[in-house]
Amino acid sequence: MINASLKQLSAQLAGKRISSVELTQMYLDRIAALNPELNAYITLNPDMSLAQARTADEQIAQGRAQALTGIPVAQKDIFCAKGWRTTCCSKMLANFISPYDAHVIEQFNRAGAVNLGKTNMDEFAMGSSNETSYFGVVKNPWNRNAVPGGSSGGSAAAVAARLCAAATGTDTGGSIRQPAALCGISGLKPTYGVCSRYGMIAFASSLDQAGPMARSAEDLALLLNTMAGFDERDSTSLQRENEDYARDLAKPLNGLRIGLPKEFFAEGLSSDVAQAVDAAIAEYKKLGAKVVDISLPNSRLSIPVYYVLAPAEASSNLSRFDGVRYGYRAPDYADLTAMYEKSRAQGFGAEVKRRIMIGTYVLSHGYYDAYYLKAQKIRRLIAQDFAEAFRQCDVIMGPTSPTTAFNLGEKGDDPVQMYLSDIYTIAINLAGLPGMSIPAGFGAANNGHPGMPVGLQIIGNYFDEARMLNVAHQYQLVTDWHQKMPAEVNSER
Amino acid sequence: MQWEIVIGLEVHAQLSTSSKIFSGASTAFGAEPNTQADAVSIALPGVLPVLNKGAVERAIKFGLAVGAHIAPRSVFARKNYFYPDLPKGYQISQFDLPVVGNGAMTIHVPSTGSTSSPQAGSGQANEKVVRITRAHLEEDAGKSLHEDFHGMTGIDLNRAGTPLLEIVSEPDMRSAAEAVAYAKALHTLVRWIGICDGNMQEGSFRCDANVSVRRPGAPLGTRREIKNLNSFRFLEQAINYEARWQIETLENGGKIQQATVLFDPDKGETRMMRTKEEAHDYRYFPDPDLLPLEISPQWKDEVRAMLPELPQAKQVRYVNDLGLSAYDASILTASREMADFFEAVLVASSPTPSPSPGGRGEIAAKLAANWLIGEVSAQLNRDGFEMAQCPITPQQLGSMLKRIADSTISNSGAKEVFRTMWADGGDADTIIEAKGLKQVSDSGAIEALVDEIIAANADKVAEYRAGRDKLFGFFVGLAMKASKGKANPAQLNDVLKRKLAG
Repeated sequence: MINASLKQLSAQLAGKRISSVELTQMYLDRIAALNPELNAYITLNPDMSLAQARTADEQIAQGRAQALTGIPVAQKDIFCAKGWRTTCCSKMLANFISPYDAHVIEQFNRAGAVNLGKTNMDEFAMGSSNETSYFGVVKNPWNRNAVPGGSSGGSAAAVAARLCAAATGTDTGGSIRQPAALCGISGLKPTYGVCSRYGMIAFASSLDQAGPMARSAEDLALLLNTMAGFDERDSTSLQRENEDYARDLAKPLNGLRIGLPKEFFAEGLSSDVAQAVDAAIAEYKKLGAKVVDISLPNSRLSIPVYYVLAPAEASSNLSRFDGVRYGYRAPDYADLTAMYEKSRAQGFGAEVKRRIMIGTYVLSHGYYDAYYLKAQKIRRLIAQDFAEAFRQCDVIMGPTSPTTAFNLGEKGDDPVQMYLSDIYTIAINLAGLPGMSIPAGFGAANNGHPGMPVGLQIIGNYFDEARMLNVAHQYQLVTDWHQKMPAEVNSER
Repeated sequence: MQWEIVIGLEVHAQLSTSSKIFSGASTAFGAEPNTQADAVSIALPGVLPVLNKGAVERAIKFGLAVGAHIAPRSVFARKNYFYPDLPKGYQISQFDLPVVGNGAMTIHVPSTGSTSSPQAGSGQANEKVVRITRAHLEEDAGKSLHEDFHGMTGIDLNRAGTPLLEIVSEPDMRSAAEAVAYAKALHTLVRWIGICDGNMQEGSFRCDANVSVRRPGAPLGTRREIKNLNSFRFLEQAINYEARWQIETLENGGKIQQATVLFDPDKGETRMMRTKEEAHDYRYFPDPDLLPLEISPQWKDEVRAMLPELPQAKQVRYVNDLGLSAYDASILTASREMADFFEAVLVASSPTPSPSPGGRGEIAAKLAANWLIGEVSAQLNRDGFEMAQCPITPQQLGSMLKRIADSTISNSGAKEVFRTMWADGGDADTIIEAKGLKQVSDSGAIEALVDEIIAANADKVAEYRAGRDKLFGFFVGLAMKASKGKANPAQLNDVLKRKLAG
């Protein structure tokens, strides 16, 4: 059951071989057993989850089931969900109960899915290892000394450990794809504007995008069908026809042109990851794809550009957390200024404060042109590189992350080393393109530990999610990396 | 040596939309605190702004009304600062790309005396053009309530997110009187085109004044900005005080430091709020939650079609087509209500609905203008009414003017009709009938009356015929008395003159 695809689960539910309540309870039991160690979930509410499951069972009984009716889905704690504590894994919001649903949550509710719980993440999605969470680190289910990646580390670990049927994530610079790669699962960041940002706590508004995290491309397609859609409450939400992202899954890949950017295979890429990615490309050639060498010359600037723009937006987005109306307020203060200073000093963690300071600096009088405006110009150049590349190829492939999962605490003292783990994912956010990561084997064994998962990144042109899912699915038909499961969580109950 | 005062105004006009600029919450004034604060108004985590098209439409209306450039693409920016009544920690405003740019207002500045008495200058006014630099859309903040909270501060976010149009002028004004004339003209205009209710007590129309002084011909002096003036009187007082203070400071060898000041109406003084050094660095940047605001030529045309005829255009038409004086035209267009009333009276009293130049319509227009500027305004003033509260309708007044024009009633009779209408209502014909105010215009009756008077006053007639012209008035008096005031004066004059001539 825990390895069943969403389609299979849906069939089991429809055939009354299992109820949503039973399925939900099974996951809650697994969470009770494994989560104290993994810390993938930070908020559970079995009463609310089971109530949704009962409603789903009624819908199924009445023959009103949709694709996700009764399926337990883990929600990243960045999505506001009515009645649920919604914290963004910050002390600032540790006691915030959301009075409303994010659009993504509404979409799942409408589809009859069960909210299984809120998953751990880096504080305000700022991090690549899930180590900045106020609620403690998440352990990688493949190796409990290793990070799960971030910021959607809790969701990735929950999917990998079979603590949910599927999960949601958000991706500002790689926060879906990098943890998906490090935990050996599949994750998709759609084109900017495909999923509404309404109710998704903002980190960097021009980059943030929600997306699904699951075990297979086929599951991702079903999840995206539910998550995507125009929402008039988000001015950057795109007004497009709804599409079936699963429509092209079965298409053969004959003649597919895969672009390999030379910059993604240069210095800094660890050899075990390179080997796994090369092997995956070889597999694609067997499926009839052709390889094209391309270049993304400005992509080397994506990390500095990102660390100007994202903190700039974040410094402003996080100003609302001021202790005045909700969230954390320092217990003692002499006056208004002290109330602000103490509440924010005590309510935010170190990485969040670092980015607020960087963002405040680059927007300051006298620095704006040199940093913010310059970064915006380079951002356009980066997008142009991709436009140029997509004239020569249909999809771009490369590694998702330069290494497999690193150890907990390994990069804690060096933020720049941490930032570099997103070197292959950030440019995609800057360009607003869709990108995904799928499991493509394992890296080298290390200190007696077996090799950790490697992610293959697939980048598509704008609105090409259906084709990317097709490309991923065809690979998953001939490989079984996505079906591998960490040994220690393999206890079917 | 002379000093020249230089003034530029920034006016915040609250736009009259029923919902907020970035959310569906109501903008109605005076509700219980925080009852009009939705998730967006209180800036819950995850909420996003969605632009209210009605606010944009009003900004376009304003831009068109002042002949400004309507930007085909403008950008919303975040102005970042912390304050408890600013829920997001930033205000959404427009910075380097505003929706409206480069317009102008023509103002009429009373040539003498204080601006507070409209009679001053006996109808003479100097025309002046004030350039408008820009007008941009932004959201209002909430309110901090410092009373009644036992040393704490209450926050009311009902006003947070209310749409504002900030209208920025060039430093084109040279006296408090000019500044007030400009502010009043703007105030008239925004109400005229229906984008702002202009209620200054409720803060719907607030002025900031940038004031500096210089020797004539010298470069601009250092300015100080007086914040939040919510009456024309305070605007005038504050500028006059501030200019005097700056002149004294400079004459005493001091220097002006760029600063923001507040006006204390009780003391009649301005006092320092913060200096330039203490000014915020607002860290403006384009709001990534909002797309650039794009205004197509079609949208502009649609809005243009919705605009009413503007005061300036009406003035020109009143002078050219109706033959009114420029002064009368400017008074009749001082407010939309006045102009609408005037035009409705015209329709009700004219022989043809659209009077043509030089015809009877012109006479009707002059008559209507005289009555509106004279009796009606005076009576409104005496009763403390606004035009909108006028107890008589344009149709009532028009029905009376018709009876003046066709000589049914005399001027003194008309005044009686007007007084009755004002107090008790009713239409002109009914009142004329009830009060017996109809003039005698029957020539036979008048001739008979004159014959009787001549017969009864043979000696005076002889004196008159011998050259005592002054006696004519005596005969008129007698005749009027005999007719109980109802004889048509012009007709009576004719008959008397003819018969006395013998």
